[in-house]
Amino acid sequence: MALLSVKDISVTIGKLNLLDGVAFDIGAGEILGLVGESGSGKSLTAMCVMGLLPRIGGRITEGSIIFDGREMIGLPEVELRHLRGKRIALISQNPMTSLDPIIRIGAQIDQVSTLHLGLSAEAAKARSLDLIAQLRIPEPEAIHGAYPHQLSGGMKQRIVIAMALAADPDLIVADEPTTALDVTIQAQIIQIMVELVRDRGLALMLITHDMGVVAQACDRVVVLYAGRVAETNTVEAIFAEPHHPYTRELIRCIPRLGQAPGSLKGIPGAVPSVVDYPAGCRFNSRCGAAEDLCRNTVPALERKTSGLAACHFSEV
Amino acid sequence: MAALDPIRKAIRSPRGAGSAAVLVLVVACAVFAPLLAPYAYDIQNLPGANTEPGWAHWMGTDEFGRDLFSRIVYGARTSLTVAISAISISVAAGLTLGAMAGYFGGPFDRAVTAVVDLTWSFPEILIALILIAIIGPGLESTMVAISIAYLAQFTRLTRAQIMALKNETYVEATANLGAGHFHIIFRHLLPNALTPVIVAGMLATGDAIILEATLGFFGLGAQPPTPSWGAMMSSGTAQIFIAPWIIIFPGLAIALTVIAINLFGDALIEALDIRNRLRSS
Repeated sequence: MALLSVKDISVTIGKLNLLDGVAFDIGAGEILGLVGESGSGKSLTAMCVMGLLPRIGGRITEGSIIFDGREMIGLPEVELRHLRGKRIALISQNPMTSLDPIIRIGAQIDQVSTLHLGLSAEAAKARSLDLIAQLRIPEPEAIHGAYPHQLSGGMKQRIVIAMALAADPDLIVADEPTTALDVTIQAQIIQIMVELVRDRGLALMLITHDMGVVAQACDRVVVLYAGRVAETNTVEAIFAEPHHPYTRELIRCIPRLGQAPGSLKGIPGAVPSVVDYPAGCRFNSRCGAAEDLCRNTVPALERKTSGLAACHFSEV
Repeated sequence: MAALDPIRKAIRSPRGAGSAAVLVLVVACAVFAPLLAPYAYDIQNLPGANTEPGWAHWMGTDEFGRDLFSRIVYGARTSLTVAISAISISVAAGLTLGAMAGYFGGPFDRAVTAVVDLTWSFPEILIALILIAIIGPGLESTMVAISIAYLAQFTRLTRAQIMALKNETYVEATANLGAGHFHIIFRHLLPNALTPVIVAGMLATGDAIILEATLGFFGLGAQPPTPSWGAMMSSGTAQIFIAPWIIIFPGLAIALTVIAINLFGDALIEALDIRNRLRSS
């Protein structure tokens, strides 16, 4: 029984159909990577899971989201609020602005555990200090009393992770948690986060556009393209044997050591705009192997030799 | 304490230091009036009416022979009490209304904005006069009238701040961790919106002192024998050619206090570097 089960959800904002039948499961303690280019619907999927869609005027038109055996769609805001932070925590993209500038770091972490676990002020502080230390930030006491502007970006992102962990959630949704940081810090923070998540047996939905991060951290991968799932598989299988041409292109785009200068190429073309998605397979305009079938018929997400992929021509 | 830093910084400028000294003096007069005043403020001495300023009466006496200096010292108490409590009520109500309107939006926001814009279009004195005409003259009604007259200003300012702040990522992040509306408004939004509102409140206190004096001048504020600077000036108008000090000294007290408040407010704005924020709202 999966902890979170997203079943064929479609999302519209106004007249735009932004997600079309997105489906995946996350088991307890599993780390799932959600990859795709900008505009493929990664963050939108995260917002669906957090029940935050109404805030941006979006609507789930089809499908269901089952969290821990309960349907989340249609749940009143009050109940969603109890889930948020306590059962499902979100780590957002931008650590620089995710902390209140005039409240001390410590108080911001403390308030999560006082709110959700009902801890006393002292217990909450002890817990926060412990979390800060676990995120390998030196001098937890000093950091606890510091203001956000006194910390570096990497430290702030760790604090944001500490806040997400503070109420012992079952699932953490991390929406590109390291994009705002420089590359040297990125790997380090991902590594610390993954360690803490594994130690506690939490499930993690890691949204990224970086296949390197996926290889480093995840158990399973869902590849999104233009609002649809292109492929889903275990990390080992997806790198060994990608079924969807888009996945192949993504993997080809990972820079490698010793690669000839100038030989790193992007995927030709651009993600089609949501206002005129092509008929059939949405990747057909950029796919080298596209045929008439791809331009007319939407490929179903089918079981391949391993995993699922939505392509007419990948070998079955 | 970090919150006092801007005040320390403001006092360091000559303008800030001078105005702060005057304000301390005025506040001291208000607080220690019974100790500082050489006479009781309501003891009449008709034979000694309209005495010129001299050793016995530093600022002379009024038309009933009351010591003007003592009355001005007690008058500081009236002015400051009315102005500060009226503005405090106004700021508190404005913060609450503005925060709710800015945060929740929708019909409530439209209703609040409509009423606020309507009152904003009248001068404060007119609103205060209308209100006193309804609830009757007196010290308490002056207080109520002044606080309502300034409510629009603080509501607008707070609302504008909150509307900008509620889209900040940290507010969203807090909501994403399960915080409720109450927590978000009072722990995150209001503390961040507070500074410009407090400075605006400080400056409005100066205006409120003038408004209180004006209402007192018309006999709508403090009732005799309670000393009020405005009422004292009003009674001085009849004596202006015989005993000009009766109108001059209360007038000076009002002018000095208000100038000091405005200069200190300016110094504070500079220290806090929020002139731009105030202007944009």
